[in-house]
Amino acid sequence: MIAGTSPSLAASPTVDWWLDFTEVGIVRAATGKSELGQGISTALAQVVADALGVAVARVRMQPPSTQGSPDEGFTAGSLSIQHSGTALDAAARTARAAFERAACESLGVGEVTVVDGSCISAGGAVTYWQLAASVDLSVAVDPGAPQPLPAGIVGSTVGRRDLQGKVMGGPSYIHDLRLPEMAYGRVLRPPYRGATLAAFDDAALSGDPSVMASVIDGSFVGVIARTEIDARRALELARVAATWTGTPVSLANDDVVDFLTAAQADVTSVASSAEATPAGDVQELRARYTRPFLAHASIGPSTAAAMWVEDSLRVWSHTQGVYPLRNDIARALGLPRENVVVEHVEGAGCYGHNGADDVAYDAALLARAVPGVPVHVTWSREDELGWSPFGPAMVVDIAARHRPDGTIVSWSWNGYSNGHSGRPATLVTPSLLAYADQGLGSPIPPSGDPPPAAGHGTARNAVPIYSVGSISATAHTLSEMPVRASALRSLGAHLNVFAIESHIDDLARRCGADPLAYRLRHLEDPRARAVLERVADMSDWTHRPAGDSSGRGLGFARYKGTGAWCAVVVDIEAQERIRLKRMWIAVDVGRAVNPDGVVNQIEGGAVQAASWTLLEQVRLADGRVISDTWEEYPILRFSDVPPIEVAVLDRTHQPWLGAGEASMGPTAAAIGNALADATGIRARRLPLTPQAIVAALEEDPDSTY
Amino acid sequence: MDEQFSFRVNGRDETVGCEPQTPLLWVLRDLLGLTGTRFGCGAGSCGACTVLVDRSPVHSCDTPIWSVAGHAVTTIEGLSADGPHAVQRALVDHQAGQCGYCLSGIAVRSAALVDRAREESRTLDEAEVRDGLDGHLCRCGAHNRIVAAVLAAVEAPP
Repeated sequence: MIAGTSPSLAASPTVDWWLDFTEVGIVRAATGKSELGQGISTALAQVVADALGVAVARVRMQPPSTQGSPDEGFTAGSLSIQHSGTALDAAARTARAAFERAACESLGVGEVTVVDGSCISAGGAVTYWQLAASVDLSVAVDPGAPQPLPAGIVGSTVGRRDLQGKVMGGPSYIHDLRLPEMAYGRVLRPPYRGATLAAFDDAALSGDPSVMASVIDGSFVGVIARTEIDARRALELARVAATWTGTPVSLANDDVVDFLTAAQADVTSVASSAEATPAGDVQELRARYTRPFLAHASIGPSTAAAMWVEDSLRVWSHTQGVYPLRNDIARALGLPRENVVVEHVEGAGCYGHNGADDVAYDAALLARAVPGVPVHVTWSREDELGWSPFGPAMVVDIAARHRPDGTIVSWSWNGYSNGHSGRPATLVTPSLLAYADQGLGSPIPPSGDPPPAAGHGTARNAVPIYSVGSISATAHTLSEMPVRASALRSLGAHLNVFAIESHIDDLARRCGADPLAYRLRHLEDPRARAVLERVADMSDWTHRPAGDSSGRGLGFARYKGTGAWCAVVVDIEAQERIRLKRMWIAVDVGRAVNPDGVVNQIEGGAVQAASWTLLEQVRLADGRVISDTWEEYPILRFSDVPPIEVAVLDRTHQPWLGAGEASMGPTAAAIGNALADATGIRARRLPLTPQAIVAALEEDPDSTY
Repeated sequence: MDEQFSFRVNGRDETVGCEPQTPLLWVLRDLLGLTGTRFGCGAGSCGACTVLVDRSPVHSCDTPIWSVAGHAVTTIEGLSADGPHAVQRALVDHQAGQCGYCLSGIAVRSAALVDRAREESRTLDEAEVRDGLDGHLCRCGAHNRIVAAVLAAVEAPP
């Protein structure tokens, strides 16, 4: 079924890193990948259960911790099932083979059948747990270990294991973590970017007996109190006690395009082919596409807890990477790594590098003032929308040359953006928010882009999957960062796919071709063609919605060029604003571990991408983020979400691929193309608000057909 | 200055001491240990903190404690006296969530919608459910599953 190896096995090569049979009847399975609300812990449990031949209910996934979990870096890039799933599958098959050998020896037989962890033969039965004491699991994971007959757990829908508790209101999140003697902290962030603390009047807090401590370190200001209620009050006292000085830094805003294209940048060629310039009748289509900074906008604000005992620190965090966070905290504090432990506790939905790591460091700094006391810190909504790293604003220029019949002969892409990853322990100095404010800290360095082999960031999905003749693609990753930006779901693929698919639709129209037929004409990959044909069937593609203001659009991509294939059709009505009417999505994720989980991820991704594309824009003024409330940063609501139909293609014999990010770009593109279909207006600046659509018409009257 | 406030929570009498303006949300989470009601924004804008006061949904994050003195508050933990409410069962059956952080507020609001419809011996239509939930934000995109679950709950045995 799934051959191949996982890079996670390099750091954690033996079975006992992954599986433990100490508790009778239970399989403890370890992973370095965090449950972010995406359901990965359920899917990984299915992988383990299927390969071991045990009921899925026996498998307990252990939350990642720097005390003993495999180090799998970050939970990012739609790679959890590919990395952790593949490693766990191999570890479980290796363990099963060892147990089967031991059972044969113990029972004096030549072969056994495994039924829910029992090795059965005519001569009797013995369980994994009875054998555990005598079977050595400190052996290397063998990706070539025998492939048992599938138990049918992988490939079937298993209900999310965490949902029942959440729906009943049980303690489910780090927000609900309660430890003995726990105290509560709050951090006072500066009133604008560029502000430094001029003075702090301690007397303002001294009259409140519930305040346990205040922490002032450079321009970092925090308070600790007995309860959350007290901490909230103490924060307001601190706000009055603090005096700030400095000049607000200038942040890119309406002139974001000028800023992005003029700033200093590291230039990387991600694709270039030197084919001869075609002779004859060739025309060019050239256009610029942009998106603003986007917020993660999780419903639950970032939260953490930390406790010091002498010079050792324990941190509870909803980070995407316990090890990198540990390493960056240790670096920022000047501690040996082994003195810091980070444990993962679930937070609210996570869609990339949000404030989780920052608030963990906030908690570490506050807890240092009250040794032995765990300090729990939650950000405000305003800090969540205003101080978390943003998804980078981007500019993409595309020039395509084609023959009169529409055949594309060359394609050029230039992308301008801040780097899409400033995650912990990946930059030259710590990238934890408070470190920039501490007296001995330093500003957070500009984010970088992952290497092209890892899918890049700015250039993610920059190279079209279509046959486009000669190609040149150049990423301009900014080396200055006035607005902190880092990874947001799908990185650059959101705008790049929007741009490519808008451009392809315009090329199709130029030569009078149907957009679907035009794509198929430039597409050889059979799995790409299959999702397009499937979504065309689902939506009855040729029967367009009737009505003057109605439109239908198509968007397609293979995520990162190496991941899942996804095609989206959207019907809209465009009157005073765009209203989504229906969506159809076809996706190929290879073997789907949990088909309903895949549908949930693809559909949820489409809703989030629609929200980015129609509504979302971080707004900046006078050194402040002014879009720091839900009123100022609206997202899609229940009445805006259309019926969505998702088809998961049957690919049982193909390797599994991640599903979390595949629908983002295609959804954005389908909406833009539906707008063009409905109105004849090609809007290339996201978000597609009524103002942006009018501006598109005014700026570029030629954009209409 | 702290004062004493008495009210019913999930059928139990409770008395707490705090400032009158203290939001009900923090009284529930902090003083009564009922952490199922979630903090989302503190401004009544996202719905995560929704509870019932005398059977009407309110945002507990901007409801001061003085205003509920003498009233009956129902939180996600007390939606149903015996086991899960039909809405809670339907949310699990429909796998209607990803991170689930928005769900306790949504479940409370939906239970009120469903209970009222049942009392009036009528069903709910989809537009009514979407309108009813429009003050609740979900970032994971589980909207359609949630709506389907609520529509199923109104048809389910109580």
